[in-house]
Amino acid sequence: MTQYDDSAVKEPLLQVDGLTMRFGGLIAIDNLSLVAGKGQITAIIGPNGAGKTTLFNCLTGFYKPTEGNLSFFHPAKTLQLQKLENHKVAQVAGVVRTFQNIRLFPKMTLLENLIVAQHNALMKASGYTFLGLFNLGGYAKAEKAAVEKAKYWLDQIGLTHRADEEAGNLPYGAQRRVEIARAMCVGPRMLCLDEPAAGLNPSESLELNTLLFRIRDQEKIGILLIEHDMSVVMKVSDRIYVLDHGKRIAAGTPDEIRNDPIVIKAYLGEDEDAELPPEIAADLAMRG
Amino acid sequence: MTQGAMGMAARPAIDYAALLKDAALAAFVVFFLAFPLIGLQTYDQGGALAVRGRWDLLAYAVIIGFVGRFLFQLAMLFKPVKSTKEPSDASLARQRQIGMIIRYALLGIALTMPFLPFSDRSWLDRGINVLIYVMLGWGLNIVVGLAGLLDLGYVAFYAVGAYSYALLSLNFGLNFWVCLPLAGLFAALFGVLLGAPTLRLRGDYLAIVTLGFGEIIRVVLLNWGSLSGGPNGIASIPRMDFFGLFPFGNREGAFHTVFGIEYERTHQIIFTYFVILALALMTNWMVNRLRKLPLGRAWEALREDEIACKSLGMNPTNTKLSAFAIGAMLGGFAGSFFAAKQGFINPESFTFMESATILAIVVLGGMGSQMGVVFAAIFLVLLPEVTRDFEQSRMLLFGAAMILIMVWRPKGVISHREPTLRLNPVKGA
Repeated sequence: MTQYDDSAVKEPLLQVDGLTMRFGGLIAIDNLSLVAGKGQITAIIGPNGAGKTTLFNCLTGFYKPTEGNLSFFHPAKTLQLQKLENHKVAQVAGVVRTFQNIRLFPKMTLLENLIVAQHNALMKASGYTFLGLFNLGGYAKAEKAAVEKAKYWLDQIGLTHRADEEAGNLPYGAQRRVEIARAMCVGPRMLCLDEPAAGLNPSESLELNTLLFRIRDQEKIGILLIEHDMSVVMKVSDRIYVLDHGKRIAAGTPDEIRNDPIVIKAYLGEDEDAELPPEIAADLAMRG
Repeated sequence: MTQGAMGMAARPAIDYAALLKDAALAAFVVFFLAFPLIGLQTYDQGGALAVRGRWDLLAYAVIIGFVGRFLFQLAMLFKPVKSTKEPSDASLARQRQIGMIIRYALLGIALTMPFLPFSDRSWLDRGINVLIYVMLGWGLNIVVGLAGLLDLGYVAFYAVGAYSYALLSLNFGLNFWVCLPLAGLFAALFGVLLGAPTLRLRGDYLAIVTLGFGEIIRVVLLNWGSLSGGPNGIASIPRMDFFGLFPFGNREGAFHTVFGIEYERTHQIIFTYFVILALALMTNWMVNRLRKLPLGRAWEALREDEIACKSLGMNPTNTKLSAFAIGAMLGGFAGSFFAAKQGFINPESFTFMESATILAIVVLGGMGSQMGVVFAAIFLVLLPEVTRDFEQSRMLLFGAAMILIMVWRPKGVISHREPTLRLNPVKGA
């Protein structure tokens, strides 16, 4: 099915095969295939409307794809993400996402936000509420462990001192970090970040890079990243896929992408056509 | 110190001209409204209708409008600027202390109420009424305050509980204490029945469906004569006895002979009072406990952002249904208590007005706040009683009081939300 060579990805975690998403007459994603590896940061870039967020919505069960397979190589067995119910994608497969427009629980404290992320484990520990109501069955211990986990991630994003403040009162950049920490508290196998650097200042972007490296190297999970901020993408990505009009137009390391004329064309627009050297124009025509 | 200085600087100079202009505008609006309503009066003049002006009254109304608006605007200018800073540990600890004192004081009053010198039958009845609404408020608070699902048909579960007890006790001779959990169970079942088809709805749309649900239950009760007795309702429902052991009443083997005390009619009412107090306290304990459990946090998270909940692997269906079921169960308990206390029920007791009152208690009290519900219930149940002397303007006073509360505290009497757990405990608490 795949006509691309993605063998550069050593330990595949997610394989997208011929994914198509149609909204009526609009084709948001057109026969897209890509592979994301474990312990790697895979970036997905492309102009506005390229279908990046639609891809995330398909991956995390918010949309049912029109066609195609989303295979996830869970240690126990390979899962087809498109067949899983919305919340099961996070619960069973461990694919957890963040959102382009931050979606924290604004009236709850940071700690509570991070505890809610551990809902499924805690729910079981509380005997589905029946035991927990009477403090039986070791719920107190489980809650303590959950708080420890939350504290670990608050330390990682440097917000431990504000743990008991309402999430909605935090500055924008801090909220972005909290959303990542909250996703990590679910215990994901793959983290999907939708524009985590949007609205961050340069120093916050740098901190984000450090955090992403730490998650990749210490947790050994796969990270899928949608981002417009090239200072982040080019520095952190192990592999980049470029989308345009729902199609994959290029893939490779940051260096390869930086110099790919097709990518440059997609970003700079069609007017550049005339200026393109003949061999690149031919190449373009061939790749369609 | 700097904060104080900034506060002074931030206060703008009073622009009297603008205030007067605003007041004049208000006076004009009053004039426009009052001219036909107050200024003109029709009277009977030899069989024909004639009109006369009441210009003095009109003038008073306009003056009141002018001065009132002026003073109101002036007062708004001097309203303390609300700081967006987190409250300090010291002030938080003090707030908590005051909260604790009020809580224990109210509990003390509630426990000793029946033995206070002034408490006669009517005061006990009022106490029972307040407690029923407190319990209903706490139950609805789960659905509206915590889970954020606007439910305008809560009275349906109250009705299910009441009719469950009435029918079970009359048809199968079951005791109140057996029926109570059963009634709760039935109500919870209806909660799921309402919850299941409305899972995708939120806000206004959910409100409309729940409103319809409440009406459906009432209309069914009204028309299914063979089951519910229709508009005549169900009469001579057995009163509650002493935990299924012995009844109340002036006969051998009843409560007073067992305890060897003089027979008094108030014994049963006092017992009834303590039953509803215990039920209400149980509800309070349960809701407080649930808030600190994953389920309760999931409800609050669902209120804040359902999409984020799904992305974290939470099953929103189960979470919502459990909120509906547990809220309904508590309403069912209150309903079966109501039937046992009244001895007579008919669909008239379960109109939309009841749902609205319970919702008003939750909203006035402050969504999600337990103490707020108590204050609002006392206020909403007792105010109509107290103002009984002003027969004609009673509802007017009631409405004005509600508007004033919402102006003064738009988020309810108590809008502070206490976190369900803290990383750093408040110092000095």
